[in-house]
Amino acid sequence: MTPEHTPAPAPPRGRAPRTLRARPGRPPWVLLLPALLGAAFLVLPLAGLLVRAPWSTMGGRLTEPEVLSALWLSLSTATAATALSLLLGVPLAWLLARTDFPGRRLVRALVTVPLVIPPVVGGVALLLVLGRNGLLGRYLDAWFGITLPFTPAAVVLAQVFVAMPFLVISVEGALRGADRRYEEAAATLGAGRVTVFARVTLPLVLPGIGAGAVLCWARALGEFGATITFAGNFPGTTQTMPLAVYVAMQHDPEAAIVLSLVLLLVCLAVLATLRERWTNA
Amino acid sequence: MAPTDELPEAPAHVLDARLRLNRGGFALDVDLRVRPGEILALLGPNGAGKSSALRALAGLLPLTGGHVRVDGRDQTAAPVERRPVGMVFQDYLLFPHMSALDNVAFGPRCQGLSRSEARERAAGLLAHMGLSEHLRSRPGGLSGGQAQRVALARALAVRPRLLLLDEPMAALDASTRIDVRARLRHLLEEFDGATVLVTHDPLDAMVLADRVAVVENGGMVQQGPPSEVARRPRTAYVARLVGLNLFRGTAEGTTVTLEADGPGGPARVEAHEAHHGPALAAFPPRAVALYPRRPHGSPRNVWRLRVEGIERFGDQVRVHLAGRPSLAADISPAALAELGLTRGDEVWAGVKAAEVECYPG
Repeated sequence: MTPEHTPAPAPPRGRAPRTLRARPGRPPWVLLLPALLGAAFLVLPLAGLLVRAPWSTMGGRLTEPEVLSALWLSLSTATAATALSLLLGVPLAWLLARTDFPGRRLVRALVTVPLVIPPVVGGVALLLVLGRNGLLGRYLDAWFGITLPFTPAAVVLAQVFVAMPFLVISVEGALRGADRRYEEAAATLGAGRVTVFARVTLPLVLPGIGAGAVLCWARALGEFGATITFAGNFPGTTQTMPLAVYVAMQHDPEAAIVLSLVLLLVCLAVLATLRERWTNA
Repeated sequence: MAPTDELPEAPAHVLDARLRLNRGGFALDVDLRVRPGEILALLGPNGAGKSSALRALAGLLPLTGGHVRVDGRDQTAAPVERRPVGMVFQDYLLFPHMSALDNVAFGPRCQGLSRSEARERAAGLLAHMGLSEHLRSRPGGLSGGQAQRVALARALAVRPRLLLLDEPMAALDASTRIDVRARLRHLLEEFDGATVLVTHDPLDAMVLADRVAVVENGGMVQQGPPSEVARRPRTAYVARLVGLNLFRGTAEGTTVTLEADGPGGPARVEAHEAHHGPALAAFPPRAVALYPRRPHGSPRNVWRLRVEGIERFGDQVRVHLAGRPSLAADISPAALAELGLTRGDEVWAGVKAAEVECYPG
């Protein structure tokens, strides 16, 4: 087995592995060409943003109060929406992954509906339920004097509606993938279900929750259709960055580019900082 | 339960259980009784239902029938977290996000102890197990033997009356087993409740347990002290585990007439103890001597057999012989060379009657 006992003279070091190792070969063109096209299609528009950006006036435009307020509104509502999604979505994911109740499959399908319906439709639906004359909204208005539509709270709700399914799906997947025997071990040590969830299950699926939260936050930050339908487009109160980009595009394309760049930068920064911690776990 | 149950006096058994499980083609029905301080090993092939029995005792698997009593109290319907049970799982299942100390303190915390009290108890247990230097270690940083002791400490930290160990040696590599096994036996001896451990390795069962119960095809086929099981196996599975040739037959004095296994009538085995009626006869393969010609003199059992196969067995050679009866013989490589045996050869096998254990079957 050892090289000393090989009858043939050993080939010079360094060259041998190359000749012996099976070569992976060149990727075939049928796959390579579409792959490169696909990558270019995804990257080029972003490059276009950078090329056409009005770099000379950038500084001044960035500090315009409208830009700053839209940015602040976007960041704060997306964060609030993520927090609310975590609060409701993690238990929902647990229920879907860990319990077996009649209609669980149906609930699971319904929960993912916001992923596939157009966000505008979601906005209309929210308006019908939570609007001033909506199914629930009228009681909120009559009993508590709460009017949701066209407020920052509506922005948050619209974002939760479209973004929470991402979190639920991600966390449910993590829960299903987690080794349930740890939960059994905790139970034999005297832990009730809540303790098991808080001290064993949750820490074990934390990476999944983190990944879900990042997805959720990114989706909330980019929310447009449901927001403009349910919350309107009022600068300072409900005009988030995507809405501001859309409006700017009508009369001042350069401003739209600047706003887009800011949004892009924020997303990249968040992804870059969290990627190491969460998504690679 | 029925009011006629006589419970008040201290029960002689910590564990008194009848476990019946029925799940899709798999059935288990065993009675288990374990005295204070006694260690019972459930020994059996994979898939025999040993682990299911353990999970049923812990409450992780619902029983189809039967009962589980610990210290005379019925636990059959008690939820897992309320049972006075500590369990060491096969891969130990130490919580990866907690230190060794917090793993052990987890149970006491769940029982309502304050954080400092729980940690104190955990630190005491870990110190007792020689793990004082590893209190802060994460499970990932522990060796197999250390992880096993942390798992044992974690199970004992809830002060259970019933300690369950599922294949406690399976996660260890062979080189560390001897030490870890001896150390585990030592630690288990100190526990005053009932211990039930599950293993498929006869050596683990023999070293760790006071009593061995062999589970096969969902039922208990034999139980007794390890030495008894090792000397007088009752089924082919147990005989193979403990490395004995086992024959079933009818004893008439010191002669056991075997159940006919082939043409030419039944074979006979001479034993040194006299019995009457159904009997089992067992002798180790190393008690078998092989001769090229019919031997004269001492051996009282002499059979002419055919060589079925030859394999290495430790520093011996195991020769599988077919005929009346079929058996295995361990001889030295030198003896094999001298006999010049190959598959299909005929050979004479002799066993002294003094080497043959005969017991009621």
